[in-house]
Amino acid sequence: MAISKILGIETEYGVAGGPDFDPTTASSIIVNAYAQQGRTRISWDFNDESPGTDARGILGVGSLAPMIETHLANTVLTNGARLYVDHAHPEYSSPECRTPAEATLYDQAGEEVMRRALRVANETLPVELAISLYKNNSDGKGNSYGTHENYLVARDVDFADVVRAMVPHFVSRQVVVGAGKVGSETDVGMAADPAFQISSRAEFFEEVVGLETTLKRPIINTRDEPHSDAERFRRLHVICGDANMSPVATFVKLGSTALLLAALEDDGVGAFPPAPARPVRAIRDFSFDPSLHVAVTDDEGHTRTAWDYQDALWQLAQRYVERHGATAVASDDEVDMIMRQWREMLDGVRDHPEDVADRVDWVAKRRVVEGFQSRYDLRPGDAKLRAIDLQYHDVRRDKSLASRVGLREMGSEEDIRLAVQHAPRSTRAYFRGECVTRFPDDIVSANWDSIVFDVGHGPLQRIPMMDPTRGTAELVGRLFDENLTAVALVAALNG
Amino acid sequence: MTEQERIQKQRTERTREESEDVSVVTKKGEQLKAELDDLLDEIDGVLEENAEEFVRNYVQKGGQ
Repeated sequence: MAISKILGIETEYGVAGGPDFDPTTASSIIVNAYAQQGRTRISWDFNDESPGTDARGILGVGSLAPMIETHLANTVLTNGARLYVDHAHPEYSSPECRTPAEATLYDQAGEEVMRRALRVANETLPVELAISLYKNNSDGKGNSYGTHENYLVARDVDFADVVRAMVPHFVSRQVVVGAGKVGSETDVGMAADPAFQISSRAEFFEEVVGLETTLKRPIINTRDEPHSDAERFRRLHVICGDANMSPVATFVKLGSTALLLAALEDDGVGAFPPAPARPVRAIRDFSFDPSLHVAVTDDEGHTRTAWDYQDALWQLAQRYVERHGATAVASDDEVDMIMRQWREMLDGVRDHPEDVADRVDWVAKRRVVEGFQSRYDLRPGDAKLRAIDLQYHDVRRDKSLASRVGLREMGSEEDIRLAVQHAPRSTRAYFRGECVTRFPDDIVSANWDSIVFDVGHGPLQRIPMMDPTRGTAELVGRLFDENLTAVALVAALNG
Repeated sequence: MTEQERIQKQRTERTREESEDVSVVTKKGEQLKAELDDLLDEIDGVLEENAEEFVRNYVQKGGQ
């Protein structure tokens, strides 16, 4: 039986403006602006970066701290998310969620966090230094930053099988969930010279499997940092996805991937289509071809288009759902919605794109880009077209083009507002979020798998949270009802 | 109705249906074009004024 596909998205936002046009300074201003709103002031605890520190006890100050800019703002929010400065970008890492729809909502909450932070920051800055933020993946000049998904996978699945099963999906899912891009910006992209690409991120991939995330980026990242019990869990860290503005696209990206991982856990790798013989070439060539005609060859000599791959993977997921029901991923209704949207978007991009321009980012973006091009008789790659590409991703509603092209909504304004404030009730993020909300003065730091309390006497107390499926409202709700202080809560947990 | 007449009638009906299909498609196409024109007008109104400078100034340090 597949384990719960706990999941989430971490997004590095593009940042412009600020003092001296320094992106690191601007990113710090953004994160601090949100923190100083009184919404949070609890530090992130880097001890989770070193495996084996699962015991509660005295916090080892400075021990084993990795090379991270620790002087920069780094906080945990009441909704269980992490907000910090990473590689000169403000980053929002969503809390752990139980289903793809929930993870989509907390991704939207991240956009709202950035919008609020931006508003506060710009109130304090002179207008000529105003900051702007973009939920995208590159600057059009060869610099890329990530939108990473994380999925909980059973440790007993062989990693080689994860690679074999998932490479076909990761190279081809862009036809449904790509964010689109005007032109290209890497050597290999400029050699192919597409006027418009399906994916914003694909051309930056150079390896099939590897540990890197900033250089020689691999389609499958091998970082083995489960932030949980490493005997039982793996965290599949997916770095090849695009930042979606369409919530339905985010939902299908997460849902399709989670379903395929559940199918892999339950039925093994045998039913998956063979990967392209040259996956790096495939992910790029698929991206360079919005006509969807390009086909690639596998090791057995069969050729498939990206669409063919997605069709085969959809059928595999459909058979899996029919046999097992997919409770590892979501409720029956939600799984049904994933499968229906995935199918409609897949058929739509091939047969009648105008019908899915309300869900597929690259189709929505391309429609506007080509509309402008023909209205003003512009050359491919004209600055106006590149401006449309960039502004599509602006987080400000009054500037964003994505908010004007008629994308279908998922969560309501009210749902998003609540998700900014409160953690999901369905994972350990609930425990983290409630602790941060109720006992902000008693917490020294927090991270994905522990919280460190200072209860005023004796050593600091680390509460480990090594199982992402526990710490839910159902399991610990009563603990918070019965223990109204941090001292009582820690005593009860130690008892 | 002879066999010949029946075939003729079917053909006429089919032709009528086809021409109706074509007019539906044309109408839908016109509607899509009108919607796109409205959208492009709106985007023209909010697009950063100096596209060249806007795009040139957007430079990021690489991330993950």
